Amino acid sequence: MGRFIARRLVGMLVVLFAVSVLVFLIFNVVPNSPPAQRLAGKNATPVLVKSIEEEWGFDDSLPQQYLSMMEKVFTGELTSYEPRIPVDETIVEGIPATLSLSIGAGVIWLFFGLLLGYVSAIRAGGWLDKLLTGVSIAGISIPVFLLAPVLIYFLTYKIELFPNGGYVPITEDPWGWFTHLILPWFTVAVLSIGFYSRVLRSNMLDAMNEDYVRTARAKGLSERKVMTRHVLRNSLIPIVTLFGLDFGATVAGTAIITEKLYSLQGVGLYAAEAAEKFELPPIMGVTLYGAFFVVFVNALVDIAYAYLDPRVRLGTSAQ
Amino acid sequence: MSAPLLSVDGLRVGFNTEGGLVQAVDGVSFDLRPGEVLAIVGESGSGKSVTAQTIIGLTRSPNARIEGSVKLDGEELVEASDTALRRLRGERVAMVFQDPMTSFNPVYRIGAQIAEAIQAHRGDVGKAEARARAIALLDSVGIPDAERRARDYPHEFSGGMRQRAMIAMALALEPEVLIADEPTTALDVTIQAQILALLEQLNRERQLATILITHDLGVVAEVADRVLVMYAGRVVEQGTLDEIFYDPQHPYTWGLLGSLTRLDRPRPQRLPQISGAPPSLLELPEGCAFRPRCPHEFSKCPQQPPLEARLTEAPGHCDRCWLDPERKREKRQVAGQIGLEAPAP
Amino acid sequence: MSGGENLLEVTDLVKHFPIKRGILIDREVDQVRAVDGVSFSIPRGQTLGLVGESGSGKSTACRAVLQLIAPTSGSVRFEGEEIAGLSRRRMRPLRQQMQMIFQDPYASLNPRKRIGQIVGDPLRLQGVASGADRRRRVQELLERVGLSAEHYNRFPHEFSGGQRQRIGIARALVLQPKLVVADEPVSALDVSIQAQIVNLLDDLQDEFGLTYLFVAHDIGVVRHISDRIAVMNKGAIVEQGSADEVCERPRDEYTKKLLAAVPVPDPRESRERRQASLGGA
Repeated sequence: MGRFIARRLVGMLVVLFAVSVLVFLIFNVVPNSPPAQRLAGKNATPVLVKSIEEEWGFDDSLPQQYLSMMEKVFTGELTSYEPRIPVDETIVEGIPATLSLSIGAGVIWLFFGLLLGYVSAIRAGGWLDKLLTGVSIAGISIPVFLLAPVLIYFLTYKIELFPNGGYVPITEDPWGWFTHLILPWFTVAVLSIGFYSRVLRSNMLDAMNEDYVRTARAKGLSERKVMTRHVLRNSLIPIVTLFGLDFGATVAGTAIITEKLYSLQGVGLYAAEAAEKFELPPIMGVTLYGAFFVVFVNALVDIAYAYLDPRVRLGTSAQ
Repeated sequence: MSAPLLSVDGLRVGFNTEGGLVQAVDGVSFDLRPGEVLAIVGESGSGKSVTAQTIIGLTRSPNARIEGSVKLDGEELVEASDTALRRLRGERVAMVFQDPMTSFNPVYRIGAQIAEAIQAHRGDVGKAEARARAIALLDSVGIPDAERRARDYPHEFSGGMRQRAMIAMALALEPEVLIADEPTTALDVTIQAQILALLEQLNRERQLATILITHDLGVVAEVADRVLVMYAGRVVEQGTLDEIFYDPQHPYTWGLLGSLTRLDRPRPQRLPQISGAPPSLLELPEGCAFRPRCPHEFSKCPQQPPLEARLTEAPGHCDRCWLDPERKREKRQVAGQIGLEAPAP
Repeated sequence: MSGGENLLEVTDLVKHFPIKRGILIDREVDQVRAVDGVSFSIPRGQTLGLVGESGSGKSTACRAVLQLIAPTSGSVRFEGEEIAGLSRRRMRPLRQQMQMIFQDPYASLNPRKRIGQIVGDPLRLQGVASGADRRRRVQELLERVGLSAEHYNRFPHEFSGGQRQRIGIARALVLQPKLVVADEPVSALDVSIQAQIVNLLDDLQDEFGLTYLFVAHDIGVVRHISDRIAVMNKGAIVEQGSADEVCERPRDEYTKKLLAAVPVPDPRESRERRQASLGGA
């Protein structure tokens, strides 16, 4: 186990390094107006631009810029150009909203996805299965940027059932926190409910044909025990992996669109704004944050998998 | 002669498939007495596994049509409720399958899976006691260091050990009948010998009635008391072990016996073979299903031969062949041994 | 150049699989000694049977001989020429002369290709024949192995296990190889079909002058088709000799154990045997 963790730590450092270099290079290769120029504003004099360059280090060589940026990342001094706000603080401020969105949506999509999948599987071929399949596929097919505006229009404007966007910290107003998140949760979850129910259904149908299920029946176990202890238990293993990766990605910021549409002050929203303004420091900060999370959750998923499936052992390669 | 423990009468099992109705089992009848070992021999498509699984109702499904009678100690099983069947599975009739690797759930420990079988039927037995019994069972089938091995997972056992564990699990509730479906096919020959010896020992010591399903006549010769030969869903011959081996009445049986390789005899020029292949159950020939492969086919064969005892001195020895028993004895002699002669070119 | 009467000479063949462990870089900590110094030779036109149980290394040995996996050490001489450790490029032309038949007739045929394509592909890949000529050769071979020329356009799933194995044999023979390695060619088949395939292989050997390395765990079948038998256990050959010698007068303990474990399909003898062993020690 110790060996496994050590490997993962080393791997994480390598990934973060590669990501940082990649982001830096992309940023400097993609055509855009020089940051010094933009910061100086419309009626900038060359002298002003030059002084800004010097101040920010834009006149240094690329490798030098990279090194000084990385230094700032570690010392927490990374700031966005305009307004001058520390990147790390902004990210940290955004975490509660993103986490609230991710965890809530995750719980919902896991619960309903598995429920729908389980029912579909045990009633496979029947009308209920077909109905749920249709629902799942609809869920998978509806894009977020269509669903969110539709929901917002009907449920916050036409009928004022829910508040119209924004995030309320749970510490301030638990009920407000809850009502503000219901629609975003649903928006994020709809896609995954559909997806997970299909995956579970498929895994369960495969598992039901396995020899050990036949053995379980031959032992005289009740149908319910056969379904839960044998079929479901084995079918869940791949889902754990899937959930870990999906959840990790959501926290890392793929809920960007949802956060933007519902004006939730999360990391995803910050990332969207940074992309719009095309400033390197926030983009770098958000990307590194995201990469860290993905690698971290990946490692957790691997550990969970080894726990759930004793045939998988951590630490050895090949075999 | 003690009353039969298990009585199968006219069992028919059909499956609705995309290609049509497949009659996997077409009129199988046999009795199993306490302590007896019955071998059911056949190749793919013979219906031997379906017969065995139907006894404990494992083939029940919306696509299946099951007719006939299966009586365990007088109790009818074909029409029995799911609950009644569930109660007797493992408790009175236990089953061991071919591939012990896939027959155990890979994510639970072996001891836990055996304990599960015990607790499914004995609600009053607690976890600790069930575990203790599981360990004792593993020990009784010859698994060394049973206490430690009960905590292992299936993939940590070797093939032979796994099969022993599977047998231990089957015996957990001391059933009256053990059905073993190709228990040694997936095992090495030296391990096979050990497992067969184990099954034999269990049969002897506990008077455990056993149905052994196999395609290997060598295995049959070692352990069986009586033999059922199946082909394309029908029983084509049944009798005692000696009757089947030394006085076989059906050409398919001759073919099976003839194609055996005997290490104690000189090598033949060519391996005696049965030409052709087992028929698709969707397109059975009219009358005797073995016709296309039988060199002794004649005018009566398009009529389905009934399963009958045709030898007065052996009333329990039945077969499904129209040939005159007198002629059979000469026809089955091929190069000095029992076999199936090559069909005319 | 042609190596005298031995088509294949294997000397001290070794194949070890490394077990690796490490944090940053994997280091080899141990080895699985799948094949641990195996030597045998096969004269032209003859059959060597390789017998052993699972884990004995016989399948690995086959693949190492054919250079499908690179041997760790040892020598493999095909027609007098050393082929062990040859590069892929240099092996390529030799591959025409050595082919393999696999165990699982259900897994070894690509289900998405037609039979004609499966059997004809080797001709295409080695640039030996094309177009109508290729088609003709494939159809002739299909007939020779007991199928029919019109099966050319069918798919594998339309055939039974025995028929698929015939297709596998046709594929192996289409390049007219000298050496055929058969890795458990009949184990997955019904008993009555096994005899058919064994007889077919026998006939083809006579007709085409093939040399066989026949691997199986069923001693009865191996004894029938082999001139010589080598018994493998845990990566090594424990006994080697003519088929009759090994089966009737085994010298090694493991061979004896293996032979004793084969069930005798004769109830009277089986009973006698058991009584003798019960009466004894």
